[in-house]
Amino acid sequence: MSTFLGMPAPRAVPAAPPAVPVAPRGVGHLRASEPFPVAARRALADSQLRRNLGKATATIRAKRAAAVAELPDWEELREAGQAIKAQTMRHLDGYLEQLETQVRARGGTVHWARDAAEANELITGLIQATGSHAAVKVKSMVTDEIGLNDALAAAGIRAQETDLAELIVQLGGDRPSHFLVPAIHRNREEIREIFLREMGDVDPGLTDNPAALAEAARLHLRREFLSATVGISGVNFAIAETGTLCVVESEGNGRMCLTLPKTLITVMGIEKVIPSWRDLGVFLQLLPRSSTAERMNPYTSMWTGVTPGDGPQEFHLVLLDNGRTAALADQTGRQALHCIRCSACLNVCPVYERTGGHAYGSVYPGPIGAVLSPLLTGVEDNASLPYASSLCGACYDACPVKIDIPSLLVYLRARHVEEARSARRVPSAEAVAMAAASWVMADPRRYGAAQQAGRAGRALSRGGRIRTLPPPLSGWTQARDVPAPPARTFRQWWRESGRARS
Amino acid sequence: MRVALFVTCLADTLFPDVGKATTVLLERLGHRVEFPAGQTCCGQMHVNTGYQRDALPLVRRYVETFERFDVVVAPSGSCVGSIRHQHAMIARRWGDGKLAGRAEAVAGRTFELSQLLIDVLGVEDVGAYYPHRVTYHPTCHSLRLLRVGDRPLRLLRQVGGLDLVELPGAEVCCGFGGTFAVKNADTSTAMLADKMRAVLDTGAEVCTAGDSSCLMHIGGGLSRLRTGVRTVHLAEILASTREGGRGW
Repeated sequence: MSTFLGMPAPRAVPAAPPAVPVAPRGVGHLRASEPFPVAARRALADSQLRRNLGKATATIRAKRAAAVAELPDWEELREAGQAIKAQTMRHLDGYLEQLETQVRARGGTVHWARDAAEANELITGLIQATGSHAAVKVKSMVTDEIGLNDALAAAGIRAQETDLAELIVQLGGDRPSHFLVPAIHRNREEIREIFLREMGDVDPGLTDNPAALAEAARLHLRREFLSATVGISGVNFAIAETGTLCVVESEGNGRMCLTLPKTLITVMGIEKVIPSWRDLGVFLQLLPRSSTAERMNPYTSMWTGVTPGDGPQEFHLVLLDNGRTAALADQTGRQALHCIRCSACLNVCPVYERTGGHAYGSVYPGPIGAVLSPLLTGVEDNASLPYASSLCGACYDACPVKIDIPSLLVYLRARHVEEARSARRVPSAEAVAMAAASWVMADPRRYGAAQQAGRAGRALSRGGRIRTLPPPLSGWTQARDVPAPPARTFRQWWRESGRARS
Repeated sequence: MRVALFVTCLADTLFPDVGKATTVLLERLGHRVEFPAGQTCCGQMHVNTGYQRDALPLVRRYVETFERFDVVVAPSGSCVGSIRHQHAMIARRWGDGKLAGRAEAVAGRTFELSQLLIDVLGVEDVGAYYPHRVTYHPTCHSLRLLRVGDRPLRLLRQVGGLDLVELPGAEVCCGFGGTFAVKNADTSTAMLADKMRAVLDTGAEVCTAGDSSCLMHIGGGLSRLRTGVRTVHLAEILASTREGGRGW
């Protein structure tokens, strides 16, 4: 590379990742409509939400810790999971082609969708071709990501969620706020209200007893299962060597969606492929304990293409990119694609616990969402998310595939700053302040002079404390005092103590 | 042993007693403390806010100032965490591979105070006396980046007169997070509120930790609410003696 003058390009700036298309705007649910701090402020003021989340995350945290502590080789399992995922990402193209070949050989049809819009159009067409106007759905993050239900509704197709929590979210006209428990922001009193309001066939004497609520959903959904001719699912793991797909779940609704309808359409992000059945053994140990804190999940459904006379007789697999190749092209960022959507990082995150998932705007909330969403959309479109963390590191410790989320957050902040720096003519006030601080602290004399200038802050103090500072530091003094600068800095004391001469 | 003190910019400027305490403590244990005047800041604030390029001169300054010493101590888990986990990465990413190698070497000789005392100097009972009810907040970077484990608690348990009470939910972040406290002030405050409730529930007079930054955050909240509970750095407790009070 050289400039137009034939000069070598300066090496100081790290090479920008190649321009691979990110997830497109205007479709799906990967982008927030407002910055995280604004949405978080509203969520923090919702006392019902705070109580629901605090209670739910504390319960799951304790259960997960106990389930993980049972395994003496947990750390080795995490390392294995990490290694399998890293190896898969290095050869993703090969494994995907192998998967495609195997699925086709066993009677399935494979489609490649560049992005959310292409996937929605494709799936709509597949359902229309069956003549059906309805489909039952297994809980799936990826169909939330692409906004499939909205796209189907626009085409006159009713998508029925069958996972209990997804049903609560759908009936409430709400958005999911958690990978595993999408209605974690609701308590049972609220769920009862939603059922009474939205379920046509519900017993008006319904109580908020969890068993009664589950029974109401069961009766409501039974009709749907028996009449559905199309099922839609996501995937937890896709095994390249045999073309076998795997969905893990707790309620049995997935098993029904995967076996009863005539046509099954499965959508998977391209990162969900794993090489072999041996690898599956590692993840089937890691996922349930990290996710539901179970030794094993109640239902593990696996299917390979089409089995004549048994289960769906038409099977379509949609392989979705939607920004994943862009994430893969980012050598540092790509480890975010290792995520198996267990939600352990959400449950241990002190930020998520207080703001809930909606504040993140994207269908992928919490620590992993704060790195995954900007990688899929480009950092500019989710610029506030990498900063929505105190970098406490609890997520890294909890992650079953050892994704170093704190380092990724720091990395994406740098990507954001660098991209803003090259896009703007006038640097932001923050960039100016940071550059100035760097200039001052690169030299001990300038630094010493700045310390002395800072002592002017003593004038602001009363009783040794400063209670108000101007923006942007007012964010600090809204709830915290600042100590007044001391009469002497440490280095002055050191000199005056006579030690400097020793 | 000759120990170089990296006092950290925060302690130097706002909490000089933490630097004095570290000095007095190590001298009392028979070691020689040096304070190279060329030191400034580790650059963590720049790195964690996204300004890696601006952090590079600070990484260089740290390396050039401290590479002539065999052992460096800093009274901050967070700054040592940055030195150990970020310095070489910054140098490498910004095209100075040579500096990265030097940074790695110095980082390997840089210790957080409790690590230095227990792992390098092999001492748990530093002969301190501090007759107060104290609770200990482990701070995220000491706990999860440096893995100091129970070292600070082992040191505190040997302090004469000290009534150590366990902090509920100790491992949960206090909400500081550097510029997070300003950029996401509301979320940070919500986290702080829960941490303060935990501290107050212990009935302690003093909340201690190995990081002035987290203590500035917790202490700033406790002061604003006039709780009457103080924050005191671990070094200040360990430097205190029956005879000499704070020792400086």
